[in-house]
Amino acid sequence: MLEVAGLKSMDDLYGEIPQQLLFDREFALPEAMSEVEVRRFFETLGNKNAKLACFAGAGVEDHYSPSVIAPILSRGEFLTAYTPYQPEISQGTLQYIFEYQSMICELTGMDVTNASMYDGTTATAEAMMMCVAIAKKRNKVLVSATMNPRVKQVVETYAKYQGVVIETIAEKDGVTDLADLESKLTGDDVAGVILAQPNYYGIVEDYTGVADMCHAKKAMFVMNCKPSALAVLKTPAEWGADIACGDAQSLGIPMCYGGPYVGFLACTNANIRKLPGRIVGATTDVDGKRAFVLTLQAREQHIRREKANSNICSNQSLMALYVTIYMSVMGQKGLKEVCELSYGGAHYLADRLVATGKCSMVYDKPFFNEFAVRTAAPAAKVLDALCANGILGGVRIADDMLLVCVTEQRTKEEMDKFVEIVNNI
Amino acid sequence: MIRNYDKLIFELSKEGRTGYSLPKNVFKENYCPCQLPGNLKRESKPLLPEVTEFDVVRHYTNLSNKNFGVDTGFYPLGSCTMKYNPRLNEEISALPSFAALHPEAPVEATQGALEVYYNLAASLAEISGLAAFTLNPYAGAHGELTGLMIMRSYHEQRGDTKRTKVIVPDSAHGTNPASAAVCGLEIVEVKSTANGTVDVEDLKPLLDDTIAGIMMTNPNTLGIFETEIPEIARLVHECGGLLYYDGANLNAVLGKCRPGDMGFDIMHINLHKTFSTPHGGGGPGDGPVGVRAGLEALLPNPQVKKDAGGKFYIDADEKSAGYVSNFLGNFGVLLRAYTYILTLGRENVKMVGPLAVLNANYVKESLKNEYYLPIEGVCKHEFVFDGLADKSTGVTTLDIAKRLLDYGYHAPTIYFPLLFHQSIMIEPTETESKETLDEFIAVMKKVATEAIENPDVVKNAPHSTPVRRLDETTAARSPKTTYRQLKGER
Repeated sequence: MLEVAGLKSMDDLYGEIPQQLLFDREFALPEAMSEVEVRRFFETLGNKNAKLACFAGAGVEDHYSPSVIAPILSRGEFLTAYTPYQPEISQGTLQYIFEYQSMICELTGMDVTNASMYDGTTATAEAMMMCVAIAKKRNKVLVSATMNPRVKQVVETYAKYQGVVIETIAEKDGVTDLADLESKLTGDDVAGVILAQPNYYGIVEDYTGVADMCHAKKAMFVMNCKPSALAVLKTPAEWGADIACGDAQSLGIPMCYGGPYVGFLACTNANIRKLPGRIVGATTDVDGKRAFVLTLQAREQHIRREKANSNICSNQSLMALYVTIYMSVMGQKGLKEVCELSYGGAHYLADRLVATGKCSMVYDKPFFNEFAVRTAAPAAKVLDALCANGILGGVRIADDMLLVCVTEQRTKEEMDKFVEIVNNI
Repeated sequence: MIRNYDKLIFELSKEGRTGYSLPKNVFKENYCPCQLPGNLKRESKPLLPEVTEFDVVRHYTNLSNKNFGVDTGFYPLGSCTMKYNPRLNEEISALPSFAALHPEAPVEATQGALEVYYNLAASLAEISGLAAFTLNPYAGAHGELTGLMIMRSYHEQRGDTKRTKVIVPDSAHGTNPASAAVCGLEIVEVKSTANGTVDVEDLKPLLDDTIAGIMMTNPNTLGIFETEIPEIARLVHECGGLLYYDGANLNAVLGKCRPGDMGFDIMHINLHKTFSTPHGGGGPGDGPVGVRAGLEALLPNPQVKKDAGGKFYIDADEKSAGYVSNFLGNFGVLLRAYTYILTLGRENVKMVGPLAVLNANYVKESLKNEYYLPIEGVCKHEFVFDGLADKSTGVTTLDIAKRLLDYGYHAPTIYFPLLFHQSIMIEPTETESKETLDEFIAVMKKVATEAIENPDVVKNAPHSTPVRRLDETTAARSPKTTYRQLKGER
């Protein structure tokens, strides 16, 4: 091969590189491992992690994942393909993205969505940038104090570098203070308003009147929502939102220490040309056969790259396939059942914890499958006691406050054990 | 036959069918979401398919048959490094001891996972000659944005607020200027010389105290090593700017030279290219960002650290450029990349670059009579032809790409870089055998002959794919992006 390439030695392949740039020592890395050794290595590492019954949420939940998903995802034709640049041999990818888009629009009620985003935090940051791009000369975006802080941190980071001002809408009794929102809208300088549903505390907020309030001041109304709950909860479209975004991890994706998940970003038809990322559309081929293709590619960095509103150039395709298969096997009925199980378990656990006298509800508001509870003992101590008994008891949000989440994967026995341990502290 | 399957999952739906299996609801009598206030509940019913598990398996298996992956055949897509993805990586990433971890679990319960993160970051630092890495960014473009945030933070924290411009070569990937724009930086373009490398004489007058830094891809998008890099590094550093290395082409030099030794301050790596994690049809990938000594604090939060006792912990540095992700990146992807590095080991990491470069030069030299090679000489991991050598046929690069599909190959990257009108960018990677390359070379020669002898067969290609050339104009003019829209609703 060297001869064909017109070269004498392997060193000639790098002959033009200045000598001082060539790396000539051994890497400080382990020696090559066989499969047997790699398996043993990760088994040992895995044993350093603890298996806990998960009552933690805060944006990542331990949901049931149907067994049918993983084998389909592992098919090499899906797993090892690149972005579908050659549609003639990528109809598999393109069609499942089309199905994904259809299902996300069904859950959110929005008209159009892109082919997916990295995760819920970046999808919300992209929604923020969309607001600013649509409003043109406004550069302020309001975010509710009831937003998950992980999401807020990413939105604030993106905003900082773009010169966008993020203002926090105050919280009152665990929900967005709508009077504060109204007063912050009076300046006619707000590009968008970002609210959460359910909010960080698991509360289902009442957004009656918010859409009118925003639209009267020409601000975009953005809702960050949990898609699994949308089988039951009023949709962003029904609330009058212009953009819906969030993380679709709750649609059966394993927690996997924070990723990979998949973000979604959907909007009304009016804003389709400001929607970043890839979009798949239906068309026909030269023989008139139905087919799918990446479309509306003239919107973004492909053409106006120095003026781009987003730099995203891929999607989270395989995870979009994950949730597409999930929504297919679950259907509307299965999604609703998951909501009922999670809601039922969370309310049962909340009532039992309050009945011990050692916990009280922080807020008196309707919640879904997650709630904030005040603990008589320090929250850290409660978590330690639970952890010692194989339970991840939730997320500590104050010295005496826990955020507890229940999914369909948690059993009544686990909840009773949870209560017993708290009762014995 | 199988490839003619033409149904949407919605079209298989029959009322009442289900494909899931959930436990009995023991709370139903006392607790139900129907108890929520009426105005908080959904009014409309979502139109989701009602299908069995078997329907789902058959449907998506049929869809997969209409797809082409690295597992299907040779995938010489330039700049994308479509190498083989070992299945062991998949097995490890699915281990329940990692896959079931919640990000909020206490660090005492996640020491194994944190060790993976920490050691992978350290391995990448060693391989690239930099001091520290974050693995939080989710993709290459996300890594670019993160790297530029670090660049801006570096200047701002020194009180140097004038530096609002970043230099980008005219041969750069399209995401470079887009990332700069999203980071609030102004783009200044530097020209290429006739041999495709950065023109140092064109660069010099651009360097002043408004320059935050330069973004470079090395080898560049033409597959040419930037031999003037020591001089460019000296000039940029002298003016107070930083050098950003776009690691898209890192595979070319893996084990042979290191961006840190070339003078770069910040870089990103695409784990889904160089470190063999699958592309997944467009993601998930991961875009780790590395920095030289002195910039570690600026890496995004959260950061993973190790204390004197060897215990791993999660930290947030107040000097950090910020938060760019939900938690610690695409952890499942990190497991795959770490498995790949351990499998290669220190002895084989050194072979990756040289073998990738050998394969590229072999294909280039074998085809340069039939295809026009605008830049002669030794290339690195990829190279660019400017269409056919015979310019009289009327056959375009698009036609050649489509004809390759008929022969069972994925097309190379086409019409990029923009420096040439008919770019065909070929990257074979190190995992392809000589036999595979020889077969590809023979097919490329055959297509070149067809272009002369029977141009229509090439111009109308592909002929044997599940669908043929698509009407992209109509798709964009009246977009139908959902099943409802396809049915004429909404």
